[in-house]
Parts: sequence; C-alpha cells; structure tokens
Amino acid sequence: MSLDASDVEKIAHLARLGINVDDIPGYARNLSDILSFVEQLNSVDTTGVEPLAHPLEATQRLRPDVVTEGNNREHFQQVAPETESGLYLVPQVIE
Amino acid sequence: MAWETVIGLEIHSQLATNSKIFSGASTTYGAEPNTQACAVDLGLPGVLPVLNEEVVRMAAMFGLATHSTVAPRSVFARKNYFYPDLPKGYQISQFELPIVHDGYLDVELEDGSSKRIGITRAHLEEDAGKSLHENFMGKTGIDLNRAGTPLLEIVSEPDIRSAKEAVAYMKKIHSLVRYLGISDGNMQEGSFRCDANVSIRPLGQEAFGTRAEIKNINSFRFVEQAINYEVERQIMVLEGGGEVVQETRLFDADRHETRSMRSKEEANDYRYFPDPDLLPVELDEAYIAAVRESLPEMPDAKKARFVSEHGLSEYDAGILTATREMADYFEAAAQVAGAAGKLTANWVIGELSAALNRDDCDISNSPVSADMLGGMLLRIEDGTISGKIAKQVFEAMWQGEGSADEVIDKQGLRQISDAAAIEGIISDVLDNNPKQIEQYRGGQVKLFGFFVGQVMKATQGKANPKQVNELLRKLLDG
Amino acid sequence: MHQKSLVELATDLRSGVCSSEELTRACLQRIAGHDPRLNSFVTVTGSQALAAAQAADAAIKAGNAGPLTGIPFAHKDIFCTNGVKTSCGSRMLDNFIAPYDATVTEKMHEAGAVMIGKTNMDEFAMGSSNETSFYGPVKNPWDETTVPGGSSGGSAAAVAARLVPASTGTDTGGSIRQPAALCGITGLKPTYGRVSRYGMIAFASSLDQAGPFTRSAEDAAVMLGAMAGFDPRDSTSVDRPVDDYTAQLNAPLQGLRIGLPGEYFGDGLDAGVGDAVSAAIAEFTKLGATVTDITLPNTHLSVPAYYVVAPAECSSNLSRFDGVRFGHRAGNPQDLTDLYTRSRGEGFGDEVKRRILVGTYVLSAGYYDAYYLKAQQARHLIRDDFMQAFKQVDVIMGPTAPSVAFKLGEKADDPVSMYLSDIYTIAVNLAGLPAMSIPAGFSNGMPVGLHMVGNYFEESRLLNAGHCYQQVSDWHTRTPQGFE
Repeated sequence: MSLDASDVEKIAHLARLGINVDDIPGYARNLSDILSFVEQLNSVDTTGVEPLAHPLEATQRLRPDVVTEGNNREHFQQVAPETESGLYLVPQVIE
Repeated sequence: MAWETVIGLEIHSQLATNSKIFSGASTTYGAEPNTQACAVDLGLPGVLPVLNEEVVRMAAMFGLATHSTVAPRSVFARKNYFYPDLPKGYQISQFELPIVHDGYLDVELEDGSSKRIGITRAHLEEDAGKSLHENFMGKTGIDLNRAGTPLLEIVSEPDIRSAKEAVAYMKKIHSLVRYLGISDGNMQEGSFRCDANVSIRPLGQEAFGTRAEIKNINSFRFVEQAINYEVERQIMVLEGGGEVVQETRLFDADRHETRSMRSKEEANDYRYFPDPDLLPVELDEAYIAAVRESLPEMPDAKKARFVSEHGLSEYDAGILTATREMADYFEAAAQVAGAAGKLTANWVIGELSAALNRDDCDISNSPVSADMLGGMLLRIEDGTISGKIAKQVFEAMWQGEGSADEVIDKQGLRQISDAAAIEGIISDVLDNNPKQIEQYRGGQVKLFGFFVGQVMKATQGKANPKQVNELLRKLLDG
Repeated sequence: MHQKSLVELATDLRSGVCSSEELTRACLQRIAGHDPRLNSFVTVTGSQALAAAQAADAAIKAGNAGPLTGIPFAHKDIFCTNGVKTSCGSRMLDNFIAPYDATVTEKMHEAGAVMIGKTNMDEFAMGSSNETSFYGPVKNPWDETTVPGGSSGGSAAAVAARLVPASTGTDTGGSIRQPAALCGITGLKPTYGRVSRYGMIAFASSLDQAGPFTRSAEDAAVMLGAMAGFDPRDSTSVDRPVDDYTAQLNAPLQGLRIGLPGEYFGDGLDAGVGDAVSAAIAEFTKLGATVTDITLPNTHLSVPAYYVVAPAECSSNLSRFDGVRFGHRAGNPQDLTDLYTRSRGEGFGDEVKRRILVGTYVLSAGYYDAYYLKAQQARHLIRDDFMQAFKQVDVIMGPTAPSVAFKLGEKADDPVSMYLSDIYTIAVNLAGLPAMSIPAGFSNGMPVGLHMVGNYFEESRLLNAGHCYQQVSDWHTRTPQGFE
C-alpha cells in the first residue's frame, strides 16, 4: 500500500492533526513503509479465526449504580486552558 | 404521481439511573455546569470506564418487553469523531453487537387498526455534553454534566408510512419505557428524543428513495410537523426534477421547517472498533429469566385486564393504560371506591383529566390523590352524595379543602335520603304551586320536571334524586 | 548506600542503620550529580519526597513499616500523580499537573514508598530508544552515546545508574523489558490485568501493562507485590488474589522445563547477544532445569500485528488531547478545526503523529477488515502458539532484544527498523503473558538481557527463576563506569 500526499492530508484531517506541508512527503513515505510492512499479515490464512480483542477472554464486570463522585469542578478546571462561569470555552461553534 | 413515505425512527431514551453509564457521577438534571462531570466524564488522561449494572438490566427489560433478542454477548465500540461536547474524542456505543435486537411493537392507529413496527436494535451508549451558544466573548461554552448519561438508542425498521404512524410509534415507546420504569421520558429535559430517517418513493416501487435524517426532535408534535414538512419538501424536489440529497437536517420548531446542517455536511468516518477498555457483556439465561420475572404488567396486558376485570370499554381501557401513572391511579382509586370500575373510569377520564389539563398538572402530582378520589366515589356509591354534588366536592378537594368526607361535612352536602323529610319538602312545593298541579293533572306531564327542580332547589340539590322522583310520582299521580 | 539493593535498604531502615530521610537525601544528591548527563528525570520532587520520607521514618519508628516503607523510587512520567506534573514525555502535557492519582501511584504511596520524581520516557510511550521525548533523549549509563531503550528509558537508566533502587515503568510492546536489557537491570511486565491501568495514561489499552524496574529479581518481587492487585476502576483488571511473590524466590529449579523457540535465535540476532543468552541458559541447566526446543510459528506476525493494533488504539486514545479541558492549546484559534489541528499538531511530536496517522488509516472505512480485524486474528494465532508451547514447558527463554544498545540517532529516521528492535518482546503483549528481562552478560561491553516468558499469572515462577540465576551470577550487580 502506497500513500500519497493527498491521502496523508485526508487522514490528518480525520485525526485533526496539523502537519507542516513540508513534512507531508516524509509522512507519506513513512506511512507507506509501515503499511507495506504490516501487509506481511496477508501471508497467513486467518479464515475462521476469531479476532482476539483481549488477551484474557474475560467478560465485563458490572458496577453498582451508586453515585460515588461529587463536585470537583474547581480542581479539574485548574488544568483547563480557558473557562468561564464553570464552562469550558471553545471557539464559536456554528450549527 | 402518488408517493409513499418511508420512515425509520431512532429514539434516544435516557435511562433513569442514579449514576452515569461508566462513572460514579450523578445524573441529576439541572445542576450547575460541570459540577457533575467527574474525571471519567471529562476524559482526563488515564481514566477508564466501568459499566453500570443498572443500564444492562434496563436494556434487557426493554428487550424482553419488545419481543426482542437480549444478546447473550454484546460489545461496546468506540465511535470516533471530534466535537467539543464529546470529551474523549469518541463516544462509547455499541456497533456490531448491540445488547438488544430483532424485536417489534404493535401500534394502535387512529382508525382503530393495529400495525406492527419492527425494532432493528436497541443499543447502549453514553450521552454527550452540551454546547451553550450564548455569547462568552464570542465563544461557545461547554457543560459536560450530561456527558456519560446512559442512553438506550432504539432503532426501528423502516416500517413507518406516515407522520401519524411515527407519532403513534414514538408514543408507544414513550409509554413503554415509562411503564418499565427505565426512563422518565421527560422530553423538555431531553431525556427522550428522536432522529427521523425520512424518504419517499413512488407508490408501488420497492426500492427505497434517498433519505434525509432529521436530528434531535424532542416532542411528539414536532415529529409530526418535521416529517410532514420533510415529505412535502422531498416531493417538491423530486417533482421539480431534482434529487434528494442524503444529509442531516435540523428541525426548526419556530419556523416549522427542516434545514440542512451545513456544518456537519462533511462525510463522517467514525472508525468504529471494539473499545479495548471494556470487555464483552455476557448475560446468561438465568439473568435473562430473572429480568423477565421482574417485568411489570405491559400496557396491552393491562388494557385487556381492565376490560375483563373492571368491565370497561376497550376505548376507556386504552385511555387509562396510556401511561403507567394513570393506570396505577385508576386502579388505586377503584380499589378504594369498592371496585366501582366503570364509575372510577368515568371520573378519571372526565373530571380528573379535565382538571389536570386545565391546571397543567401531572397525574402523579394531582392535588386530588387516587385515595381521595376513591373516597369520594365511595360516597356516591353509598348514596351520601349525588353525582352532581360530587362535582362540587371534587372541586373543593382540588382546591385543597380536605378529603371528600371533610368537604361533605363542612359544607353540609350530605344527601337527604330520609323519606319523611323529603315528603315534607314535596308537600311544601305542592302547596305553593296549585296552578302547576292543575296543569299537570290536566295532561301536561312534562311539568313533572318542574316539580323535581323545585324540590332540588329547596334542598340545595341535596335530596336523593331517586327518592324525590319516586315520592313525587306517588304524591302527584297517587 | 546507593549500591545496596532495595531489600537490603529495607532491612537497614528497619534496623535503624539509616533513615528514609538520609536515604532520600542521598538519592536526591546522586540525581543532582549525575542526571544532568543522563536526563533520566523530567521532574524531581525533592521537598515532597523529604516530607514523605519523614512520614515513613515515623511509621518505621511506630513499628508500622512494610517492605517498601521509606524506600525512594521514581515513577515513569506516565502515571498520574496528584499535584505533580505528569507529562508523558510530551509537549502536549508539559503544563499538565495531574488532578488525581493513578491506582499504582496510590498503591506505592500506601506501601510507604517515597516518590522522588518522574522519569523521562518516549512521548506517550511510543518509541524504543527514548529519543521521542519532548524533554530530549535519555543516555544509556553504560555508554552515553547510546540509547537506554524505550519507552521507559528514564526509569531504566535511573536504576542502572544507581540513582534510585527501583522505578516503575509500562510495557506495551517491550517498553519495560527492552530498556531493562539495554541498561543491564531487571524489568518485569506482569500478566495483562494484574496491575491496574487506572491513571496510567493510555497508549494501547489492550496491550499496556505496568511493572517494576529493579536491579534484582528479589527487589522486583517486592515492588510487584505493592503494585499488583484488583482495581474496580479498571474493567480489564483481574479479580484474583495477589501471590506473595517473595515466597517462592528460593524454590529449587530442579525440573524446571525451559523452552527455546527456534524463531528467537535466527536471523537478525546479534551474535554476541546470542552467545551471552546461550551461556545464561546453560547456567539454568546447571541449576537442574531442562531445555527443550520449541516453535512459535506465528512469531513473524507479531510485529506487523502490533503495528496495526497499537496505532489503532492509540489514535483513538489520544483523541482526548484536543486543547479543550487540559493540555496544550494553540494560541488564538480561529475556529474549532483550527483549535484541534494546531493544538494537536503543536502538542504531539513526529512519532506520535505517525502512529496516530497509521491508526486512523487502518480503522477508516474500507480498511478496518483488511488491517485491524486481520491483526486481531493474527493475535489469536500468536496466543495459541504460546498456549501450545506451555503444554510442554514452564518458561520460554530467549534474548530480550536482538542487539545491545544502539547509537543515539542510529534508527531515528527509519521507523520500521526501530520497530524491529522489539521483535522478541511484542508477541508477549499481544498474548498478555507475563515476562521478565534479567541481566545475562555483556556483548562489546554493553549489557545483554535474558527474556523469560511465563504462563498467565506465573510471575512467581519467573521471579523464582530470575532470583536463582542471580544467586549464581553477578551481572545484575555490575555498575556502569562512573556510577559506582
């Protein structure tokens, strides 16, 4: 699999990742290398093999429906870039 | 050309849990911004989700109540997209293996017929936060209190053929989740809302037309308006030689129209994959059997029982079972009233509903409780008051003047059923109206009503009407 | 004092030979003296450490001392530490003062251990050389022109240089074991689910696991005993009692069945490394172990499968770094997209961006089945290989890394060749098994690691094997020149 500059731009946008225009050819080359490398996976027939999402085939444990967390807003918002009246601020969202 | 409308609904019902689906933060509505968003809800680096057992139970209840399969194994997946009200950059939802699938619901239509609507799936997911667009120096404010509130997304088959059917189906689901006690169904607070997938096709054509998705409709009225508008719009587009674009549209409740959401126009690629922080949810038969055991009586079964047990008409039983609250109220009142089902039904559907409507009041907060209404009906049954006086008693109870017995005593509304006393009053009336007696006996039998009226007037309506009739007839005709 | 093992120091503390405060001051002094060269710490928490040491001394006096009370140690800067900067080696979190404690942080605190600082690491744990850190590379104490390995390079270098007796790390594809091998110390990656991941900044959730760095297996047993345990806040944590890892340390190795996979001794293995590893295995046979050749036929799939699964999970895990609630935010964003793309573009370094891009690509529409699903299937085959092998043997041994520490910058421009330095460690993460690297000699003057893989939850057996070997070898006591 070989990716070109426009592929990289498309993926970068999907990931909301700013990339310098000058770096795009380098990323395209790296990504193409990595993807051709992982295509070794195609050398093996996996028909009928269950995908393994977790090493231990455990099942989900359930939590009792109890409120355990209180208001910690001041503390959590100390690390926030921009807040106002308890809200996180972002550039105007137009719907 | 004749067009057929094809509609599928995706209903989002918040589940009425104490804590969030993956965290121990409270789900209470209306708190100060971000005071109910804990580390997990905020998606702080390093935090992990743990599933709330109650949401699993509630989803299973819904599945069993809609003849669906409750999956022995379901998997949470991440839906990846960036939006400021989505703290982690992905929503934890279910994709390939939802917890509930392949069920149906029978919906009663206005013409009395019934229609079966397929339920494709119902899956668990977390709600997002809220963007507040008031002007904060030209910025948008983000409140994440709602982030992580459990949602059941109920996806119907494209079996719905009109806006009215859509409303009937949505109302039925609304009633069902409230019956099950799994959602408060509060549409003003956004606990119950839907997206409608609407398309049209020439009547008789099998292939579906291109659909538009109308997002976030939060009232039954708006569902009807939005669909009707959208169908008209699509017909105009197609008949004008255009093509319907597959897109997301927003319903503008003020202008009664749908419009394209340009900001979200770009094609989304959600990159779903199983959430590696969560393991598959496995439910065994014993679990499902226990949930089945715990299911409350469903509306249809309740309705049938009301008909057979209380002798109600299908119509009345249908009204009384529309909500669990009304059905419970009815049964409680009827029991106090000594199983006077028909009478209780008339009062609940009549006076009570009118008063609730008039004062914009919910039956669960009715000033006249089921006990109070039943107590009053008991007094009609035992002849203490007449049906007419009862309306006066009811109004007094509504105004907070106490129980039926207290009102009857305080206002002296006890019915006069003493034959001697009534006879005395009748004699007075006859003595004072010799001319009318003459006319009556001369053949003007309609005047009988006049005498009844005079007796009731003399007793301020408290005389037992049946006795008045009997005694009058005896004295006049005797 | 810095040459003493953790267990020896614990004995000294309890018998009053030294106080935790003295010990902590000594560590701080060594860091001040040596770390400017190594760059193994991002943050040194001197005053907090001294306060904790005083509290530990009080506990020791009161007779409430556990095996870790008063022992100074360092946390990899991936564990959230309430009130202390937690950078994950990234500009993205350069300003992030964690507002809560990771479970591992809490547990070490409860054990009375004294956190002395946070160690340097590859950015978001993505790297095998510690060169991707925003804070610059860490140097290998054995040769400062070489890498310490990664991603937990700072934790490994700090222990190797005797700056601290122990440290924590995380291992997603070898990030504990490979730096342990390259720095000549002991590193243990437990069974997936044995140590809580809560508060450990996620790289690849289904692979990440925390573990200790120490000089000896005995010390590792003590550290693991404190770190391990069920955590209701982590759905993937396993609800199972924690073994007493020190109890079996001295059990005889008579009859221990060692498996040697042919795949781990083939092409690509540096001859000097191979020789050292073979010599170490021969020592085990002298201790009574038997050796069997085994095969793990799907080994060649492990690096490719890993470089699909890990980037896929990381691309999603790192979406939360969006400049809204914490972390780096670009100046004067014009609109939402600008806020996201510039904050993330500025906050993340090259390798992180590469992996996010690969992960985004393999999950995107049309490619999911070909890459992600296929990799998860390969993962199943890889685990089945191990399960097959453990029917015949108790421990699988081989080299931890194909070569000794390479030169700084040597592989920086070639991601694939960098990825291959984890070829022997990655399969273990895909299968979720416990594994350990212990010092096993030298090649060209640089340390070589012996890799030991056990069956699920058999950490005790690995520690036992490592400890017995360390009773008859002294590689783990060798100290790099200049740090004696």
